[in-house]
Amino acid sequence: MNDLVTSKPQAAIDPRALRREFPVYRHNPGLVFLDSGASAQKPAAVIDGIAEFYRRDYANVHRGVYRLSQRSTDAFEAARETTRAFLNAADANEIVFTRGATESINLVAQSWGPAFLARGDEIVVSDLEHHSNFVPWQMLCQRVGARLRMAPTDPSGGFDLAAFDALLSARTKMVAVTHVSNVTGAILPVERIVELAHARGALVLVDGCQAIPRMPVDVQALGCDFYAFSGHKAYGPSGIGVLWGRYELLAAMPPWQTGGGMITQVTLERTEFQDPPHRFEAGTPDIAGAVGLKLALDFIERLGREAIREHEEGLTGYAIDRLSRIPDLHLVAAGQRRLSVLSFNLDGIHPHDVGTVLDRHGVAVRVGHHCAQPLMDKLGIAGTVRASLGVYNDRNDMDALAAAVEACREMFSR
Amino acid sequence: MTMDLRELYQDIILDHGRHPRNFRAIAHPTHTAKGHNPLCGDRVTVYLTIEGDRIADVSFEGRGCAISTAAASLMTEVLKGKTLAEAQALFAQFHARVTGGEPGALPGTLAEDGERLEPLTGVKAYPARVKCATLPWHAFEAALKGGAAVPVKTE
Repeated sequence: MNDLVTSKPQAAIDPRALRREFPVYRHNPGLVFLDSGASAQKPAAVIDGIAEFYRRDYANVHRGVYRLSQRSTDAFEAARETTRAFLNAADANEIVFTRGATESINLVAQSWGPAFLARGDEIVVSDLEHHSNFVPWQMLCQRVGARLRMAPTDPSGGFDLAAFDALLSARTKMVAVTHVSNVTGAILPVERIVELAHARGALVLVDGCQAIPRMPVDVQALGCDFYAFSGHKAYGPSGIGVLWGRYELLAAMPPWQTGGGMITQVTLERTEFQDPPHRFEAGTPDIAGAVGLKLALDFIERLGREAIREHEEGLTGYAIDRLSRIPDLHLVAAGQRRLSVLSFNLDGIHPHDVGTVLDRHGVAVRVGHHCAQPLMDKLGIAGTVRASLGVYNDRNDMDALAAAVEACREMFSR
Repeated sequence: MTMDLRELYQDIILDHGRHPRNFRAIAHPTHTAKGHNPLCGDRVTVYLTIEGDRIADVSFEGRGCAISTAAASLMTEVLKGKTLAEAQALFAQFHARVTGGEPGALPGTLAEDGERLEPLTGVKAYPARVKCATLPWHAFEAALKGGAAVPVKTE
């Protein structure tokens, strides 16, 4: 994907040094934060950059003839260009700013869906999907009389390409899959999924929430049709997200929400709409959010996504090794390729009880169904304990997690 | 650091969490309702046999964390044989104690039952866990009201 000759050599991640850039660590001494999969902490560059933007350059965008508005517009559109480059998209007009991945997916389901999906058509999702990449498709299918089908993971936790292929047919119009599972950390073979789906004429939407902050993503190399992610899981602010779509697809889609900023002409009888991306950005957008997203993506690029992946891969391996030595602990399988997310259960102890005990040992993890109830049902469990990683985590954090889990076992075995 | 955890997970909680009492269905209950905590997926079904204004039998089934299982188990223990008015008084007092409200005094005849529930009040220091302790009580109350087809949700 990346040209080896031109790619910059990247220094290894030094999490201890990086923590100095994350004020949350200064204000919460001893914090062992293992919930970046839900939302990552924010570096000072993002926090201060947003404040600075409000102080110096803020006005509404795409409206004013005055210079301040132009500066604000330039900053907003610079964020779009940074996002384009980050995804290696062909055109900045393919980048639609949304409130988050949830809104990005709902946009496609509600705009593309009724326009291009008919009764009897099918949509395929994986059984690993977050509710945000499941419920919008379920609602769409109910609305137009289409059928939602679920591609299974195999017993090892990996995506079952053969079973997926067997589900595809000429009726399949959309395939919606996650890039990296938020429950198991499994990396899905998106390139292969795209090949198989495209061979049947289906489009592919990828939920990239977990992939964006920790591995290189090149939408043209992936070959997918839509790619969605949230800013807040990528060290950026909450309230901003991205939908990337191939331009000809976006151009053929009707507006979703309507209002100001997305029209070319409005009369009593009819309205003409702008071209993408503005067609899908009704109302005043989260301008500072976009600026914050740019700063977050710059932060990730400064560290280097290969370096981040290497760091988190190493830590994931170390955590698996530490946790699998704990008796009665069962890791949820993730197939051959897992990144930065570890879900587990302890025999006889409910995940919520584990979460409470871990918290009192200073270890912040997520417990519950992780917005993936179909997967929980398949695994026959109510929930899991989930540790997820960020650039600021190190082996000491994994040791603290393991020690807190051991303390939990002791507490409940008395 | 673990001292306050011991306050929450007292021996009696762990005991009732592992070996819940009255953990069974009643074949022909006069009242029943389901409770569901969507946050953690905990589910409980409460069964009642009410004769006149007295709770002749009460039981529960479901799956949940140590707190919610122990809360349901202890609830069934204290409710059995009580009048509906006594049951309401116990719930009102318990609810106030775990949510940090003003618990009114219980009538002398119920003081012992109030003490039976005391170990659960440790949850008030854990706002995210209060719902675990109140879920079975909400299901109980829903059962009295006629047990809606939809499970009662916490708060």
